[in-house]
Amino acid sequence: MNRLASATRGAAWLVASREITTRTRTRAFRFTTVAMMLAILAAILIARYTNQGPGSATVGFAPSVSTLEQQYSSLMAAVNQPVTVSTVDQTTGEQQVRDGTLDALVTGTPESLQVMVDKEVSPTLHDTLTVLARQSVLSEQISALGGDPTAVAAAVDRAGVQVVALNPPRQYQTQRLIIGVIVGILLFIALSVYGQSVAGGVVEEKSSRVVELLLSTVRPWQLMLGKVVGIGLVGLTQLVLVGGVGVVVGLSSGVLTIPPQVAAGLLVWAVVWFLLGFTIYALMFAAVGALVSRQEEVGGVAAPMMMLLAVPYILGAFVLPSHPDNTVLQALSVVPFFAPIMMMVRLALGGVPVWQVALSLLLTAATLVAMVRLTGRIYANAVLRTGGRVRVRDALRTSH
Amino acid sequence: MSDGLKITGVWKRYANVVALRDLTFNVRPGELFGFVGSNGAGKTTAMRVILGVLTADQGEVTWAGRPLTLDDRRRIGYMPEERGLYPRMRVAEQLVYLGRMHGLSKVEAAAATQRWTRRLGVAARSDDEVQKLSLGNQQRVQLAASLMHDPMLLVLDEPFSGLDPVAVDVMSDVLREKAAAGTPVLFSSHQLDLVERLCDRVGIIRAGEMVAVGTVDELRADGIAQLVVEAPAAPPGWASGLRGVRVIAHEDAVTVVELDAGADDQAVLRAALATGPVRSFGYRRPSLAELFRHVVSQEATS
Repeated sequence: MNRLASATRGAAWLVASREITTRTRTRAFRFTTVAMMLAILAAILIARYTNQGPGSATVGFAPSVSTLEQQYSSLMAAVNQPVTVSTVDQTTGEQQVRDGTLDALVTGTPESLQVMVDKEVSPTLHDTLTVLARQSVLSEQISALGGDPTAVAAAVDRAGVQVVALNPPRQYQTQRLIIGVIVGILLFIALSVYGQSVAGGVVEEKSSRVVELLLSTVRPWQLMLGKVVGIGLVGLTQLVLVGGVGVVVGLSSGVLTIPPQVAAGLLVWAVVWFLLGFTIYALMFAAVGALVSRQEEVGGVAAPMMMLLAVPYILGAFVLPSHPDNTVLQALSVVPFFAPIMMMVRLALGGVPVWQVALSLLLTAATLVAMVRLTGRIYANAVLRTGGRVRVRDALRTSH
Repeated sequence: MSDGLKITGVWKRYANVVALRDLTFNVRPGELFGFVGSNGAGKTTAMRVILGVLTADQGEVTWAGRPLTLDDRRRIGYMPEERGLYPRMRVAEQLVYLGRMHGLSKVEAAAATQRWTRRLGVAARSDDEVQKLSLGNQQRVQLAASLMHDPMLLVLDEPFSGLDPVAVDVMSDVLREKAAAGTPVLFSSHQLDLVERLCDRVGIIRAGEMVAVGTVDELRADGIAQLVVEAPAAPPGWASGLRGVRVIAHEDAVTVVELDAGADDQAVLRAALATGPVRSFGYRRPSLAELFRHVVSQEATS
């Protein structure tokens, strides 16, 4: 009996190994793995060369307004905007604006400034110069009234508003938002591509009648399990390769500034959610694959699952990152069929309450157990019925 | 008799069709058993039940007197109708995989792959994908797959369909060889001349029911009797007045008549002699094809 048990487990593993060896050998697998790695690398490179902010603005001041040069620099330094300033005469300055050495040339008088730019003035510069011009006028007026402009300025600076927020919103780091989007997209690709592979593989066995030969040696659930596990491991390998390259290169190039342990943790979470999500979806893909007999019909029966996958994908990768505190989205992220993508995106964003993670894991695991029974029944009842398309209702009811 | 494969009272019903109706027959060790029947008569369903791929509603399938288990079934060599291989998998890899699914170790499976691809003449194609082989060669690979694990029983669904004459000979030789070594062989075919030549016993199935089982000679004994009379001077209709005699054909000098059970063949001879000389007079051995047609049409009209 024990020998039989180990033999049957061996059979499922044999099925899985066939999937792994035949699938990792295909050109499609190698091509998509390399392509996805390159996409990640390209994203990191782009981030590296664009993420240096708007760059340092270069502003030239004509001698007539050179008194403002110092004030402008310190004002910009106060708001963390790097600037390079210089004093140039009007003609040289104009030439420099033309050839792009200067972003802007300030002329006129302190009370009535003129800015010369190539095409348009940046709003920051426009606002800052407006403030400076008004301040000049104000200081002059205060002096004329016999006051001390410096004392007034200090008094004005001290005035302000203190905010007491009872529920301060969480501050999400841009970087983690981007990671969230990427993780959501990667998970969706992995789940849909490998899920459909499962459906295609089941139909391949059915249409070539290999399934008859195999089912005389193993039970239906072993064949189904072996296929799901095998293809799942292939998908996982790809996900870990691509995700691992992204994390390692991102951290070492300095583009990713989140702590390495957080990055590693996210990779582990991605593996967990891929495994849960893949198993649920792959089982469903296997069951619907068993309903049809021809490869051309796979798309039709797989469509409902693809739509089901598209919901968490769109909400998770594109809506969640801009509305991370939305209660409806947070509630949906706990729902089993959505959790693998949506909860993962939230984990990437950070700040998810532990109980919500635990609840989504629990619900997803429970759904998985239910799916094993339901899909196993459909698969076993439908996989040998060749010819027309088997209806789900019939597959659930009849048993051979 | 407890040896070999025994199918007893098997029923299989689908929603509104009875696929197998009280099917009963057996295949003895060392016997080649031919399974014939019209399309949709239930041959494939019966084989699937034997393989345990389908479960019978009623009845049982036994091996050496006890019900077949999954472990037993792993030791059956099975060939599904048409195809039955992964089209995009290489020949040798595929055979090793199927051999291992039937319980062989990696080494055993590799050795069996070599042995059978050589024996069946497809060794040169070992590294090609199955879909690149001709249908005949795919069929050979298919046969190799069913023989890999030295099966205790062979169940082959239409093994000869689509084979060229050379491949038919190779296939027949292998089947005879396995039977001679004591393995029961059950196969279905529409090529009745082949079945007649090859099989020790034949079973004719109609609408899920076994309507005749036995050696071809036994089937002949149960069947119709045809007399061929060569009487050059006999006018048309010379035999039509005889009781229990029907004229099937009358062409030139030769008349073929069919006798009902109990009809007197000597009366036919006397009538023939009355017309003039009789050059030959004798029973014709109907072919399996004729027996088959007779059995099937008889059942259909009853």
